Amino acid sequence: MLAGKKIIAIGERDGVPGPVIAECLEGAGLEVVFQATECFV
Amino acid sequence: MRLADQYGPENLAVVLGNGEADGVEVFAETVTRGDPSYAGPLAGVALNIPVYHVLEEEVMAGVPAQLRDEKLQLSSLVIDVDPLHQVLQAARNKI
Repeated sequence: MLAGKKIIAIGERDGVPGPVIAECLEGAGLEVVFQATECFV
Repeated sequence: MRLADQYGPENLAVVLGNGEADGVEVFAETVTRGDPSYAGPLAGVALNIPVYHVLEEEVMAGVPAQLRDEKLQLSSLVIDVDPLHQVLQAARNKI
């Protein structure tokens, strides 16, 4: 499903931030090619 | 758009970390079927990139247990992932 995919990680300040998503997915062996953290406040 | 050109949309997946379901549907539609508001560069561009939430079981299952416990456990207690999963699963089914 995600195996072999390059990941775009879009986090949210009031949810899970981008760097955390990236760290977790890299730990899962995936390649994160972009990460950002949105703020909708 | 730049990443889709660089890597090919079929090789990409988006993983979100939103705290609420608001806006997730629009985000998912934008990178699957094209910008529904026709306001941005993805208007009419169907990239068909699958979108997941980091707390969905499909994603969490691949994360090592230690990282899951350290980084995601607290968020998983606060964020109601079911509505997010339903919206994103529906978007993925359209691909």
